[in-house]
Amino acid sequence: MLTRGERRNLAVGLCFISPWIVGFLMLTVYPVAASLYFSFCDYDVLSPPLWVGALNYTDMATDTVFWKSLWNTLRFAAMALPLGMILSLLVAVLLNQAVAGRSIFRTIYFLPSLIPLVASVMIWLWIFNGSFGLLNYALSFLGIEGPNWLADPSWTMPSLVIMSFWGIGNTVVIYLAALQDVPRHLYESADLDGASAFAKLRHITIPLISPVIYFNLIMGIIGSLQVFVQPYIMMPGGGPDQAALFYAVYLFENAFTYLNMGYASAMAWVLFAIILALTLFATRLSRRHVYYAGE
Amino acid sequence: MSYLFTLALQPRMFLMKSIRALRKPIALPASRASLLVLLLLGLFASGCGRREPYRTPDGRVIVTYWEKWTGFEADAMQEIIDDFNASQDRILVQMLSTSQIDQKVLLATAGGNPPDLAGLWSVQVNIFSEKNALTPLDRRLEEAGISESDYLPVYWDLCRHRGFTWALPSTPATLALHWNKDLFREAGLPPDQPPRSIAELDEMAERLTLVELRRDGQPVQVPYSELTPAEKEAKTFRIVRMGFLPNEPGWWSTMWGYWFGAELLEDEETISALTPENIAAFEWMQSYAEKYGVDNIRRFGSTFGNFASPQNPFLGGTLAMVLQGVWMFNFIDRYAPTLDWGAAPFPSVDPEALPDVTLAESDVLVIPRGARHPDEAFEFMLYVNSPGPMERLNIGQRKFSPLARTSASFEDEHPNPNIAVFRDLAAGPGVRTAPQTTVWSEYNTELAVAVDRVYSLIATPQEALRQAQDRAQWKMDRVSRRWHHVGDARLQQWSEYADAR
Repeated sequence: MLTRGERRNLAVGLCFISPWIVGFLMLTVYPVAASLYFSFCDYDVLSPPLWVGALNYTDMATDTVFWKSLWNTLRFAAMALPLGMILSLLVAVLLNQAVAGRSIFRTIYFLPSLIPLVASVMIWLWIFNGSFGLLNYALSFLGIEGPNWLADPSWTMPSLVIMSFWGIGNTVVIYLAALQDVPRHLYESADLDGASAFAKLRHITIPLISPVIYFNLIMGIIGSLQVFVQPYIMMPGGGPDQAALFYAVYLFENAFTYLNMGYASAMAWVLFAIILALTLFATRLSRRHVYYAGE
Repeated sequence: MSYLFTLALQPRMFLMKSIRALRKPIALPASRASLLVLLLLGLFASGCGRREPYRTPDGRVIVTYWEKWTGFEADAMQEIIDDFNASQDRILVQMLSTSQIDQKVLLATAGGNPPDLAGLWSVQVNIFSEKNALTPLDRRLEEAGISESDYLPVYWDLCRHRGFTWALPSTPATLALHWNKDLFREAGLPPDQPPRSIAELDEMAERLTLVELRRDGQPVQVPYSELTPAEKEAKTFRIVRMGFLPNEPGWWSTMWGYWFGAELLEDEETISALTPENIAAFEWMQSYAEKYGVDNIRRFGSTFGNFASPQNPFLGGTLAMVLQGVWMFNFIDRYAPTLDWGAAPFPSVDPEALPDVTLAESDVLVIPRGARHPDEAFEFMLYVNSPGPMERLNIGQRKFSPLARTSASFEDEHPNPNIAVFRDLAAGPGVRTAPQTTVWSEYNTELAVAVDRVYSLIATPQEALRQAQDRAQWKMDRVSRRWHHVGDARLQQWSEYADAR
C-alpha cells in the first residue's frame, strides 16, 4: 500500500512524464496494436477493415515476389553486414594509430554518415552511371571496362553493398571509443613478450571490444534487414528484374502504392519475427565469444 | 481525428484531478507541467476542426483546391480561378500546388479533412472511387444539364466507374509519334513521311540508328543498316544515336499491346495479359534488344539526362522517333526550340485494321468524400468545364479541349502547330485507355516486370507474360473478393450520396 505522500508523488511524477506517456500510447502502442489487428484484415485505409483471418499470411507464402524480396534482403545483409563490420573495425584500428593528422582522418571518415541519405544516393547514382560514372572511369585506368552497375540485374546488389560502406562512420566511431578503453598495460606486457601486431589484435583488442562488436552486429542485423531509402530511390520498383527489390520497399509499395494495408501489416509482423529470431540466434551464438570485464 | 480526441480526453481528466490533489509547496511546478501537457493536448485537439464553412471576412465561401500543377500549368489554372473569383461574390477558390497529390488527397480524405476540390489523374478515378474517397457527381451533373454528349466519349468514360460519374476532365492528353525531321533528312528519309506501320518503323529505325565501331583498326560511324551481317551478329559497336527505342521513355511500355490489337482485360474480373496480340507486342520489344544488344542499349540509355532537360534523348537529337504525349511540345519549346519535328499517329502493326491507335488519359477534377463545400466546388468545376474557360485553360497548358465541340479559332490560336493531330486521335477510332480496373496499378507493375525481363532477354515473352497474368489475376481476385463482400452496400451508399444534397 502506498502512503498518501507516495501516492501524491506518484501522481506528480506521472504528471511530469505524461507528455511522454501520451505520446507513447498514441504514437507507438496504438499503431503497433492496430497493425497487428489489420494484419488479419483486408484494409485499404479508407474503408473499414474487413476481417479475413490468416489470409494475408497464407497469401504471403505463395507470393513469389514476397519471397524474392526476402531473399534479396537476406542476400544483401549477408554481404553488407560482415564486410561492413570488418571494414569499419579495420578503419577504426587504423584511425586509432598515432599518426599525424589523425583527427582530420577521423573527420573525413565520419563525414559521409552526416550527409542526408537521399542526397548521397543521388551522388551514387552518378558514380555508378555506366557511361559517365566515376567508378567506371577509375576502373578504366586499370584497363577494366566497368559494367552498367545499376542497369544490369547481376550488378545491382553489389552496387548497393558497395554503397553501404559509405555509411560506416557511425560504426567506426563506436569501435574507436571501445578501442580507446582497452588498457594500455596489456599491450605493453604483450610487447615485452614479443607479440606481433596481429597477435595483439587477435588476442587483446578483439576479445576486449567483443561486447561492442556484438552490439554492432545486432544493430547491423536490424539495420540491414530494414534497408529502404537507398534501393527505393536508386531502383524504384526493384530495378532490373526486381533484383534489388527489398523487403521494406515491397512492404511500402503494398501499403502506400497499392493500399493493401492489411497485407503490408502482415509483412511488417513477419519481418519483426525474422529480426527477432536472428537477434536471438546472434545472442545465443555470442554467449561464448563475448567477454564482459565485470564477469 | 475522433480517436485522438478520446485518447486525449482521459489523461486530461486525470490531470485535473491530480492538480487538485496537489499540496501547496509543489503546486507551482506541477501546475506548470500540467499547463505544458494541456498545451500539448490542445495541439492535438486543434486538429479536430468543426464542420462549419470556411468564409472570408466578407462572407464568401472559401473553396480549397489542391492541384498537382506548378509553373506555367499552374499559372494557366490560376487565370481561370481569378476570372471565376471575379465573376461572382459568393465563392472564393484558393488553389494550392501540391506534390504527390494522390497520396496526400487519400490521406487527407481518410483523416476526414480533405480539400473541396482536387486535381488527380484519370487512372486514379477507379481506385479512389472504389475505395470510397470521392463524391459521385451524377445528380449534380443531371441538374446542371451536363451529359456524355458534351465530351469526347473517351474522356467522359475515363471519369466513370461502376455506373457512376466521379470526375470531370480538366486537361486531356493523347500520345503520338514525334519524329525529328532533321535526322530523317540526314538519313536520306523523306522528312514529312513518318512510318505508317510497325514494320516501316523498324526499318526506318535501322537507317536512323548510328553506331560507332572499328573497321581496320579505325573508329568509324555508320548507320546500323549499313553494317555487314557479321558486324550485326558480333554487336561490338557503340550506339551513338537510335532511330527508335521501345522503352524510351518507357512510361507506356506495358501497353504496347494496344498497337498490336491486344485487350488487356477480358472482363471486369479477368486479366488477359497472355494473348497472342500481347505476346506479339512483347516479341517486338524483345526484337530491339536482340537486334542492337542488351548491353549496348543499356550503355546508350545511361547517357540520357533527365526527361525535362536538353539531355532528353529526343530533345538532344540522339533519338529520332519517340512515343510522347501532347505535353511534349512544351519541352521542345523550352529545351530544343530549334528542333524541326512532326507528330503523327503512332503506327500500329496493321494500319488497315488498327488505324490511329493512341492512349488517352486526362487530368481530372474531383470532389473528395467529406469535402466541406461540395456544392461550391462543383460550381467551380462547372465553370472550368464551360467552353470558354476550358479552351483558355488548355491553350494555356498547350493541350486540347476534352469537350465535344471546340471553337473554330482554337486550333489557330494554339501555339502547338500539331495540336490537331492529338485532338483527332482522341476523337478517332483507335483511342484506348489504360485498363479501367482498380488493380491497374498492380497489374501495370507486373507487366513492367515482364517488359523488363523480356527486354533484358532474361525470359521469353510467353514466360514473362504467364507470370504477369498469374500474379495480376491473383491480385484481381483479392479485389473481386472484397467487392463481393461490400459491393451491394457500396452501390446503395453511392446512389444515396449521388441523390442527396
